[in-house]
Amino acid sequence: MEKSRRSFLKIAGVTALGVSAKPVFNAFASSDEHGGKAEPKTSKGKNSRNAEQWGMVIDTRKIQSINDLHPIISACHKIHNVPELENPRHEILWIWATKYKNAFPGKENKFLNDRIKDLPFLVLCNHCENPPCVQACPTKATFKREDGIVLMDFHRCIGCRFCMAACPYGSRSFNFRDPRPFIDEVAPGFPTRMKGVVEKCNFCAERLAVGKEPKCVEVSNGIISFGDLGDPESTVRKLLASNYSIRRKQGLGTGPSVYYIV
Amino acid sequence: MNDKKFIIAGLIIFFAVALMPFWFNFGKAAPAPEVELSKKAKDAKYCVLPKAEMKGGHMQILDVWRDTVVRDGERVYTSSSGRVYNMSLSTGEDSCLGCHSNKAEFCDRCHNYASVEPYCWDCHIDPKEKK
Repeated sequence: MEKSRRSFLKIAGVTALGVSAKPVFNAFASSDEHGGKAEPKTSKGKNSRNAEQWGMVIDTRKIQSINDLHPIISACHKIHNVPELENPRHEILWIWATKYKNAFPGKENKFLNDRIKDLPFLVLCNHCENPPCVQACPTKATFKREDGIVLMDFHRCIGCRFCMAACPYGSRSFNFRDPRPFIDEVAPGFPTRMKGVVEKCNFCAERLAVGKEPKCVEVSNGIISFGDLGDPESTVRKLLASNYSIRRKQGLGTGPSVYYIV
Repeated sequence: MNDKKFIIAGLIIFFAVALMPFWFNFGKAAPAPEVELSKKAKDAKYCVLPKAEMKGGHMQILDVWRDTVVRDGERVYTSSSGRVYNMSLSTGEDSCLGCHSNKAEFCDRCHNYASVEPYCWDCHIDPKEKK
C-alpha cells in the first residue's frame, strides 16, 4: 500500500489534534462531574502539635526512689493497654526503671557516687535521630515521622523482630502471647496489640495530635520535660543549655532524643 | 471393560454423597441480613461518603485512612459537604463506632453472612464489648 506524502501529513495532523484535545476534554469532564463541590480532604487536627525533633529531658535529681517512678510507668502502660505478663521473657515494656550501670554501660566508673549507683533511671524508646530499627525493618512498619518520632505501624508489623535486634537500648518488646487477657482494664482510647507484633513507646503521638503532653510528662511532677529539640527557645533546650546532661550509648551514633540530667 | 456398571454405579454414589450439602440446602438460601442503623447514624443522614460508596468501598477507605493516620499523622477528615470527622475506628464521638454504636447489628451481621473476618477487632476496641 503506497501512501503519498500528502495523505501521510493529513493523518499526522488529525492525530496531533486528537491527542492535544484529550486533556481539554478531560478538564471539562472533571469540572462537570463534581458540580463545584469540594473534594473530601484530610488534615491534621487544629490543636495538633508539631516540632522539628521531639525530645525529652529527664531530671534525675528530682528522683528520690522508685516510688516516684511507679505512677509514671503505670500511667503510660494503662492508657496504652500494655499487658502485665508474669513471665519476664514475655514482658512488654514501654517505659521502665533500670539501674545506672544497665542504662549507661561504658559510663560506669569504678567508683560511682552513692546516689547515682542506686538511683532508678527511667528508660524508654530514645526516638533516635538516626534510628537503627527503622533501617532494619523489612516492611517499613517502623518509620521516622517528620517530627522525629520513631513510630510503629502495628498494621504492617510481621513480627520478624529484626528491629529488636537492631535497637541498642532494648526498647522494643514482642508479643509472644495474645495480650488482651493480660490487660486488667482495657482503655478504650488506644488499640491493644495482637500476638506476633513488636511494640514500644510512641512518644504519645496520639496525644500530641490533640494538643496534649505525653502521659508520662503529665504525671511526672516535673521529673520529665518534653519539647522541640530543634527550637532553641523550647523548655528542653533551655534545660539542656543550663545543665550538664548525658545520653544513652551516644557513641553508637544513633542520636538519642532522651537526655538525662544527672 | 466389563466393570462399566460398577464404575458408573460407584460414580453415582460418590457424587450423591459428595454433593449432599447442596441437596440439603437447595432452595433454602439464607436471606441477606438487614443492616440496622443506630439512632445517631439515622439522624445524621450522612456518612463520610454517599451510602453506595460506603457500602461497596468502606474497606478501602479504612485501609487508606489507617495509613493516613499512622503515616502522615492526619486524623481529621472533611467530607465534600464540609462535615468534619475523626478518622478513627472506635475512639471518640465522631469516629466510626461513635456514630455506628451498634457494631453487632451494623458490622458483624453482614460480615458474618458474607463470611469475612476482618482482623480490625483483634486490636481495636469496641467500647460496648468491653467488660
